[in-house]
Parts: sequence; C-alpha cells; structure tokens
Amino acid sequence: MDEEYDVIVLGTGLTECILSGLLSVEGKKVLHMDRNDYYGGDSASLNLTQLYRKFRPDKSPPAELGRDRDYAIDLIPKFIIASGELTKILVHTEVTRYLEFKQIAGSFVYRDGKISKVPSTEMEAVKSPLMGLFEKRRAKQFFEFLQNWKDDDPATHQGRNLDTDTMESIYKYFNLEIGTQDFIGHAMALYLDDDYKKKPARPTYERIILYTSSMARWGKSPYLYPLYGLGELPQAFARLSAIYGGTYMLDKQVDEIVLDDAGKFVGVRSGDETVKAKQVIGDPSYFGAGASSAKGSGKMRVVEEHKVIRAICFLKHPIPGTDDSDSVQIIIPQNQVNRRNDIYIAMVSATHNVCAKDNYVAIVSTIIETDRPEMEIAPGLQLLGPIYDKFVSISSLYTPTSSGLDDNIFITRSYDATSHFETVVEDVQDVWKRVIGKDLVLKKREIEPTE
Amino acid sequence: MSRQFQFKLVLLGESAVGKSSLVLRFVKDQFDDYRESTIGAAFLTQTVQLDDATTIRFEIWDTAGQERYKSLAPMYYRNANCAVVVYDITQSASLEKARSWIRELQRQADPSIIIALCGNKTDLSSRRQVTQEEAQKYAEEENLMWCEASAKTGEGVQDVFMAIAKKLPLSAPQSQKGAAAARGGSTGASGGARGVDLNKQTAAPDGCNC
Repeated sequence: MDEEYDVIVLGTGLTECILSGLLSVEGKKVLHMDRNDYYGGDSASLNLTQLYRKFRPDKSPPAELGRDRDYAIDLIPKFIIASGELTKILVHTEVTRYLEFKQIAGSFVYRDGKISKVPSTEMEAVKSPLMGLFEKRRAKQFFEFLQNWKDDDPATHQGRNLDTDTMESIYKYFNLEIGTQDFIGHAMALYLDDDYKKKPARPTYERIILYTSSMARWGKSPYLYPLYGLGELPQAFARLSAIYGGTYMLDKQVDEIVLDDAGKFVGVRSGDETVKAKQVIGDPSYFGAGASSAKGSGKMRVVEEHKVIRAICFLKHPIPGTDDSDSVQIIIPQNQVNRRNDIYIAMVSATHNVCAKDNYVAIVSTIIETDRPEMEIAPGLQLLGPIYDKFVSISSLYTPTSSGLDDNIFITRSYDATSHFETVVEDVQDVWKRVIGKDLVLKKREIEPTE
Repeated sequence: MSRQFQFKLVLLGESAVGKSSLVLRFVKDQFDDYRESTIGAAFLTQTVQLDDATTIRFEIWDTAGQERYKSLAPMYYRNANCAVVVYDITQSASLEKARSWIRELQRQADPSIIIALCGNKTDLSSRRQVTQEEAQKYAEEENLMWCEASAKTGEGVQDVFMAIAKKLPLSAPQSQKGAAAARGGSTGASGGARGVDLNKQTAAPDGCNC
C-alpha cells in the first residue's frame, strides 16, 4: 500500500468498475477498494447467505430454497437494452468473453387493469389488444412517421420539427389517446414520469428508436441479461482493470479521505495506512451517504434526491398473464394508477442461473411519493400472484454536490429507478470527462486473443 | 471428422510462483525472465491433440493479480472445469498458499473440478525447499493430480496440460460460454436456449420471433 496511484476507486459497483476498467486500459495506475468482501456494491447479486445477512441478519435461509450457490439475487432491477450504450462498452472492451447473455423473454405494459405485450413495430401495433381499431391506425401512422424520419429529408417531416415541437404536440398531431401515449412514453421511451411531454420531441424520438432497434436485434424483447445475475457485470470490468494492472482490495475499510491544506485530495486512509493518489472516484456511500459511513472523513459530499422502494419477491410460478415467460419486464405507467412515477417490475428465473429450478425472482420498484411506500407498490405486487417471500428495502438516491474539478474527488451517482443501464453509462461518461478532461472514446483492446 | 471439446482452466497460486510463465510457455513456448506481474495478458487459449479424433481446447484464465489481496471474483471460479494450482519448489511457504487455494477451490468451484498441483521452477532444484515426497503425499491425500515443471526450460509443461486433458470427462457438459457452444456444438447445462452473442449484429439462428 505504499505505492502512489493515479486514481483510487472506492466501491466496486458497476459504474466504478466500468471506470476503473477503462482507466486501466487507458494506462492509469488504479487502486480499487471496497469495504465489502464481495464485488458489486449496490449493483451486486447476492447468494442466499448474503441476502439474509443484509435483510434478516438474525435468520437463516429456509433449506427448501435449495443450494446457496444457486442464487444470485440482484439488489437493483435493471436490464441491458440491446442497442444501448452499455452494449457498446461491453463489446468494445471485449469483456463479453467473461459473460454470457440471455434475452429477457417479454416486455409488458399495464393498461386498464390488464397487462399486454408492448408492441414495437407497426405490425405488432396492428395486432395489439392495447388499442381499438381506429387507434391502431393512428398508432401505425405515428410509428411509420418515426421510422421514416430523416433529418435531411423535409418530405419525411410532415411539417413537424423534432427540436422545437413538444412531444405532446406530436401526439396531438396523430390524435393518439392518453392510454396510447402512456405505453409509448413509459413502456417504449421508458420515461418514469410525464415531464417529457412538455419538452422537445427529439429525445423521445431517439428513445423510441432505441427501443425498436433493440427489439429488432434479437426479437422477443429489447432486453438482455447476464447469466448469474447483474453482479457479473462489475466483476467482468474489474477483471478488465486487473488485466491492465489495476490492483484490487476487497474487505478493506476506508476510514478517511485525506485532504491537503487547500482541501484537495491527497489519499485514502485505511487503519494506520494512507495510500496516495492524484484523484479519487467513489460511490456516494464513501462520501457521507447513509449512516454506516458517517464516521469517515465526516464531510457530506452528496445530497439525497429521491427515495426508491424495491421489493424483491420470490415466486414459485411465472407472473400470470405473461404466457409463462421465464423473464419479463412489466411497466405500470403512472397515469394508470394515479401516480407521478411509474411502477416497474423486473422478473428473472432459474433460466438465468439466478435461483434454483422452479423459482422466479421479481423486483417491484418505484420512486417513493408518500409516507406509505409499501402501499405505493401494491398495484405491482398484485400482478405477481402468490408471493413466497418478500424482501423490501428503501434506498436513497444520491447525487454529488460538486464536480470534483476543485478537489480531485469525483463521486458517482446512486443507481436510479430507470429500467436499464443507460443512465449508468451517462454517469460513466460524465465522470470520465471530469477525471480525464476529454470525452470518453471507446477503443478496441490492443492485444489479440491467441488462437 | 475431429471433435473439439472446450474447457475452462483457471490458474491459482501465490504471486510470483510463475503462473503466467507456465501458461506463456504452454501457449506460446516462450519465457521471459523479467516478467514481473501479469499486465495486459490476453485471453489465452490453447488446444492439445488427445488422439486422432479429439482435440481439447483450453480457455485459460489468469488471476491477473486479483489473488494478491484475496480479491478474486466468484466469476473466476464459475464453470471452471479444471485448475492448475502452482507453487514454487524453492519456497516452502508457497506450498502452504497452494493448500489454501485448493481449499478455496473445494469451497467455491464445481465439485467435479479437476485440480492439478504443480511445482514450478525445477530448473532451480539446487535451491529446492519442497520435496517431491511432501507435495506428492499431500496431493494423494486430497486426490489431486501432481507434477513438477519448469516454465523457464519448458520441462514438464506440456505434460501438465496433457495429463489434465486426459482426465477431463468428454461426455459431461462443457464450458457454458456461448462462443464455445457455437463452435463445439455443445449445449449449456441450463439446457436448450442458447446464449446471445453480443458481438454479432443479427439475431441468433434459433432466435424465435414468436
């Protein structure tokens, strides 16, 4: 620990591991530490023992659930959207060689008390029970408009301007019903609330195209999932970092962020050792978030934005109404249940090697709006059928209070309530730019695999 | 028509016992005296010819230094079919470390994993601290394969991997990696549905669009 590093990274969540992987490939000397004895931080997947240690420290898992090692229970519910930025990073860094992916079998949306498959093409829209006959025609025209749109061909614009017209006005132009807008905006564009409607249409257009192109890539659903759980993702990037010289220390207490007289970062103290580095990157829990790290350097460098409730539910059956899919996403748009934020369900099963055979694990989550959060997710829990067991947690979402440009302390954001990893990659790109001083450009690993 | 089987092989052992050097000798028949620690190691594969009709392809995982502070990820052990646990015959402490790695393998890896205990640096036998008898006795007690080799001279290196290749079960499910399945035509243990290869642009051939 007496060496000096370019960057110390604290916490082995996905955001931090992607960063340390990319920084190591870039030639930076990285020391990566985690106070836990496992990889992944908040984006870990836990076995039964670890799950019980976290949620029910005084109990042990029932023998009926089977072998401990068959379980990899995600703490945050997210999927990989096939044509998104995380896929690009996975492919460019070639960490795909450490991972195996399977599709998520279906993507569903709740409307008027029922769940239906999310249509993603004109053809599917025409067959979907989500819309009546006339509404289908209007939706078909809307999708054709988006798919045919070319920026440099005004003939495809129908007099609309994606950069100045609001999304609301585009919906209005095609006379789409509110219920249709709900599934387009929430189940395809994947917005968590309705604020997007008042904003220019382009980001929504881009999100719908991301959804439909992801859908077209593999079929069934636009989502992929790594076998053995999401916790494999940080491990794969940590291995990338290690292969490029990154040093890894798990189970390492971080006692103090050491500063110089000018308040700039100097190093990290663990016990009576201090390791020096030019910069530090870390998740919010190392910078004042939560009670456990209240000691530390004492200084609060993050602020709470929202709280999210997540209920990890063990089921003995697939979710009713999903054609017995082994994995699904279900979105309950906020309007459908008189909320401001969507309720989101992500379910995976033994097919993804995350639990023993004939078990299913669904996570129901939403951003908390009241002082009775468990009541808020009730509409989601009701869709699941009988629940064998349930682990409920409430987490705060933190965001850093400063950019790090003055003190060389760069803090990542908590994992938000969105259903995929695109905001995680945005955070990676944002931190990268502040740490390195230029945009993140993905380059191929230089060393060829040996045949 | 030759059959190819693919297996995941993991290396374990204390830092500086020569894990990477053994692999470098096996895969490229090279040795580098000044190789300090594993940096930028590629994803290594090597095939051995078992008989006229059968080749074994090893997909070799190096610790990449993550063993140093006991920070190997569970991913490392996952689906490993075989392991080479290396010690340095000139350092008796390194055999003690090897013992603890073997315990770790027995705890973390699949119970059917084939483990070879390998004493490296036989070219330095004048400084030997670990006797053959001692290591062999331990290996027998734990039902491990045992051998000695020198990554520097190449002595015994091919033999280690060949001996492992001969012990691998050719009927059992192999490495579940999707790419391996695509090449070898094997199926993953989870049965049926094949994984998705992100490096390919189009849908998998068995992708059902129903």
